[in-house]
Amino acid sequence: MSEAKSPHGYRYIGAKRRTKEGPRFVIGRGRYAADIALPGLKHVALVASPHASARILSIRTDAARAAPGVHYVLTGEEFCAHTDSLPIGVDAPKVTRWALARDRVRYAGEWVAAVVADSRALAEDAAELVEVEYEPLPHVTDPEQAMGDDSPLVHPAHGSNVILHRNFVWGPVEDEFAKAEHQLAFRAVWSRNATVPIETFAVAAQWNPATEILDIWASIQMPKYPDQTAKALRLPGNAVRVHYDVDVGGSYGVKRGIKHTVLVGYLARRLGQPVRLIEDRLENMRGGDMHGPDRSFDMTAAFDRDGTIRALKIRAIDNVGAYAGRAPFQLGKPVSAICGPYRIGAIAYEPVSVLTNKTPQEAVRGFGQSPTNFALERTMDRVAQFLNMDRIALRQKNLIRADEFPYTIPSGSTYDSGDYHSVLDKALAAIDYPALVRRRDAARQAGLLAGIGISTCLEPSGGNSAFEPLLNPKNETTTWMDSCLVRIDLSGAITGIMGTSSSGQGHETLVSTVVGEILERDPAQIRVIHADSLNALPSNSPVGSRMAIMLGGAAAGAARRIKDTLIAIAAHNLECAKEDLEYRDGNVSLKGVPEKRLSWDQLVEIAHRKFHQMPPDIEPGLQATFVWEVPTGGGLPTSDGRVQIYPCYAFETHIVYVEIDPETATPSIKQYVCGHDCGVMINPDIVHGMTYGGIAHGIGAALYEHFTYDDNGQLTSGTFMDYLLPSALEVPTITIVDHCTPSPLTTFGQKGSGEAGYLGAPAAVANAVNDALAPLGVEVNTLPISHLAIWETLSKTTQDDK
Amino acid sequence: MKSPPFEYARAASLEEACGLLHQHGDAAKLIAGGQSLVPMMAFRLLRPSWLIDINEIAALKFVAFETDAVRMGACTRQCVVARDDALAARVPLLRQALAFVGHTQTRNRGTVGGSLAHADPSAELPLVAQILEARLVLRAQSGTRTLPAAEFFAGPMMTNLRAEECLEEIHWPVWRGRKTGSAFTEISRRHGDFAMVAAAAQIAVDDDGRCTRVTFGVGGAAPTPTAFPELARSLVGQTLDKAKTQAVAHEAAAMLEPDSDIHASAAYRRHLAGVLISRVLLEAYDAAGSLQ
Amino acid sequence: MSETLYSITVEINGARRIGQVSARTSLVDWLREHLHLTGTHIGCEHGICGACSIMLDGEPIRSCLMYAVQADGHRITTVEGLARPDGQLSILQDSFCEAHGLQCGYCTPGMLIAAQSLLDANPRPTEEQIRDAIGGNLCRCTGYQQIVEAIALASKRIAEGAT
Repeated sequence: MSEAKSPHGYRYIGAKRRTKEGPRFVIGRGRYAADIALPGLKHVALVASPHASARILSIRTDAARAAPGVHYVLTGEEFCAHTDSLPIGVDAPKVTRWALARDRVRYAGEWVAAVVADSRALAEDAAELVEVEYEPLPHVTDPEQAMGDDSPLVHPAHGSNVILHRNFVWGPVEDEFAKAEHQLAFRAVWSRNATVPIETFAVAAQWNPATEILDIWASIQMPKYPDQTAKALRLPGNAVRVHYDVDVGGSYGVKRGIKHTVLVGYLARRLGQPVRLIEDRLENMRGGDMHGPDRSFDMTAAFDRDGTIRALKIRAIDNVGAYAGRAPFQLGKPVSAICGPYRIGAIAYEPVSVLTNKTPQEAVRGFGQSPTNFALERTMDRVAQFLNMDRIALRQKNLIRADEFPYTIPSGSTYDSGDYHSVLDKALAAIDYPALVRRRDAARQAGLLAGIGISTCLEPSGGNSAFEPLLNPKNETTTWMDSCLVRIDLSGAITGIMGTSSSGQGHETLVSTVVGEILERDPAQIRVIHADSLNALPSNSPVGSRMAIMLGGAAAGAARRIKDTLIAIAAHNLECAKEDLEYRDGNVSLKGVPEKRLSWDQLVEIAHRKFHQMPPDIEPGLQATFVWEVPTGGGLPTSDGRVQIYPCYAFETHIVYVEIDPETATPSIKQYVCGHDCGVMINPDIVHGMTYGGIAHGIGAALYEHFTYDDNGQLTSGTFMDYLLPSALEVPTITIVDHCTPSPLTTFGQKGSGEAGYLGAPAAVANAVNDALAPLGVEVNTLPISHLAIWETLSKTTQDDK
Repeated sequence: MKSPPFEYARAASLEEACGLLHQHGDAAKLIAGGQSLVPMMAFRLLRPSWLIDINEIAALKFVAFETDAVRMGACTRQCVVARDDALAARVPLLRQALAFVGHTQTRNRGTVGGSLAHADPSAELPLVAQILEARLVLRAQSGTRTLPAAEFFAGPMMTNLRAEECLEEIHWPVWRGRKTGSAFTEISRRHGDFAMVAAAAQIAVDDDGRCTRVTFGVGGAAPTPTAFPELARSLVGQTLDKAKTQAVAHEAAAMLEPDSDIHASAAYRRHLAGVLISRVLLEAYDAAGSLQ
Repeated sequence: MSETLYSITVEINGARRIGQVSARTSLVDWLREHLHLTGTHIGCEHGICGACSIMLDGEPIRSCLMYAVQADGHRITTVEGLARPDGQLSILQDSFCEAHGLQCGYCTPGMLIAAQSLLDANPRPTEEQIRDAIGGNLCRCTGYQQIVEAIALASKRIAEGAT
């Protein structure tokens, strides 16, 4: 087992360590929701609407109920009467939502009935026998059409298709536009895609009528999941027990199967049998409600000839689909970095969230920041092109300087720390930028299209739901906490307990490393377990790149309390002051008198067995909890919409080299460097891993992935044959160069990194393709940039020549 | 995505398979590698009452070298064909095409006959069969018949295989010319994906570099893989260069009326056809000329 | 009206296993639901993601595209059968741990099957050959980089005589 020294003077933090999670996965002993066997388990299959918009006239279930192995067929009529609507975060109380449609269907793929049978296969057989009579209605899939007066309404009771429309003006926007020497305007489009984990959403529920507890095992990554489940099922919160020790096969934001869970929970109680739903891939893609942002940005930049960006106007229209879900808030989180890493003094931001008859969106990695970064970085490149200025020089001019931190942006967030210029320099050196330019130019000489793409982007991290009151002032909420319990048992073994699920981020490794660092005990011997929602301390789950900060901080806090307790026990027994003691590796001795010492084992024994030797006011046993609010959290927005959204800011710069065959219009990424600064890395392998993965996600969004819809509102890329996930042959070898500007707000100076790579990759790849096309005078500002899009763009040049 | 229910029979011999096909007619389908069939079952697009498994019929898994052809059993695995050096020396296009077929797992299970019988218009092996004018031996309980590839492929996912017939063998013509070169290329969104457009060519030249025999075609641009025998014949007796291949390719592409889908428009496919045909002609020609 | 059950005998990870399955039961479902070998995972059920990869007679295939009845008389290796006979991690498995070649673990069993098969046939693969061998296994966590490094590390350790 190889372990290197940590670069920050820590023993374990920052050093290469194997993860605790690895061993079970390599032997096939992960414990995913679909792996959990429950005696008498029944299986669910769904009946889905084929229409994008329709009235449900009737549903006949007789034939399905009579089919072999079928126990029940549930429709919206019963389900919606006995459960409450899922919560609506925006101010749109009529936009109610249930797992099953009642009276109307609003997107193709919406679930209309659920069949419960002895096996999934039998449930699917029976689902085909459910007869639904529909009256198709007009539908709309384009958001700007949906905003028009003549548009069909997705939720007529709401009165319009717009569920959110704000106009924020931060700083002297019109003044700056008036003073600026130049302006440019364009539209950047981020088409609908998502992070699509390989594991679909799965949930099993079992109701115990004696204890009145609903047990839930799910592939979940979601704050307030037990609470929302309980509420929708009209149960008290402590009637729901979510088992967080279920391994989640990737989530990256989307595993928020609250509708699946309420459905399965209801069925489990109704039938008195354990019930499980594993989305198959067709259900997942079309009806799982896990699509991501589907957004156009109308960007207007005001700038001077020397490259100073004075102001930006951003109008972002997002097509959230048929229900609100969490998606509208993905227009709010980017307010936390609305000007990117740049010194721009005035911003106008107009977010519009629009309902259409598409599949509803869910939270996706970055929560809207990656599309926003893409729009910002295309803006930077266009400004550079306009001014005939080098793109790197333009960025260097506008990037916030290292000596300007902490730096407060016009929308109210303060960037904690950073040194953007140094990271950019490191990345340029790592890719040998001058040589790369020569390579590009040589490729162009040889007849290829070749381009270098740059992005410099922020990853706001730490999580917080300040965008909720920002976008919906009626929703005053400012708590965003996390916690950890650390216990040392009678044998002296250390256990850390976290209160939420993990989906590959290595939280067990994180907690054991932090606790081991504080207690000076080997992390390899520290066990980390996941509590269930009844015995967990409060958590807001791994969203918004928050766990290194929040769980790491909580683990450190709990470990420090234990360390203090050990020292207090020692002081009491050695009859001296705490200040005279030295703590080393879990043993405590009198400074200068090493034989006056109490070992770890002795201290543990006193705590557990020798109350007569305990100092007054210290509880017996050896455990500590730590629950804390996100740093800089707790504040509501001002009346003009200024608020600190997330506490910490990681930074990434991507430099990408792309070649395009001009005849076939096929792009190929040839070189890729990412400069990354997330403060102190607790486990570098884990951080790098998520960064590589984020870049792969970003390459997918930039070139391959698109939930496409036809004129009938049908999803036409609903399988892996048409929705294209990059393989090892599409993702290039990536070089990451690290930099560290510690955060002043966190325990070890760590910032979050769960969204790393994804937030800057699409922008850089798009910029690289555009750099390749620039000599021909054409550009493409819509993602994904498919082969066809490149060819059609290239075709414009030959047409113009005629 | 569980398959609909069906009955299963594992045929121990081709006779048995044909007997079952005769018995069940349209209600039965043969299953070989399953790489194309099983997804259709999972999507419930196919609902045969019977699946007749021909994977275990040893007589369908062989590669035999004859003077002018290679005889291949229909259930020969794609990976076996790809690895066979002696086969690659005789029918090089097979190995070249298989490099683009799916991934390792696909080729370990998929069969040559299965790909041909599935007849996806953008599939690689049907294109090779089409331009090499392979001959397909079809067996039924009532007897055997042989079809040239051009009469076998009928449309997208459609062949002239009758309900009671099983593809038994494929005969791949071997070009005996000393200076023979071939090339296969395709453009797909990702490695291993269905081709948007594929192109293949095989050319034999004499010692002066003049074509003595030419064949080429495209896949993914028409309801079936498409060869251009007349245009190919027009190149016989000529030396080739980029200008010539581009001219021929342009003419060939203009004859095509490809489909549009979310990955490629008809215009883009036609454009790709022109580009790729020229490339494979040139590559095959250069490969032929470089031999001694 | 119940479905016909077919008797099958399959060697799985060296042990003879017997089953009674309906014809439409996929191989991956039989392994997972009937034999409780849940290490092999389902990601798409239409033959693209590779999470269901197992070795059939020593070669990696997609077990979602095969029916359990078709496996009668054949030999299967799943991720549960990759460890050494004494139960210790194989060099490949250990290398995945060392190089952090996994995060959520969901694609990992399929990756290990594809990689083990590669190393069995080609103990010193190039990076290109590694990427080609895992080209049919999709991962959304890792961006493949550390997976490739893990396989390369295993290859290096094997070459240096590790067992």
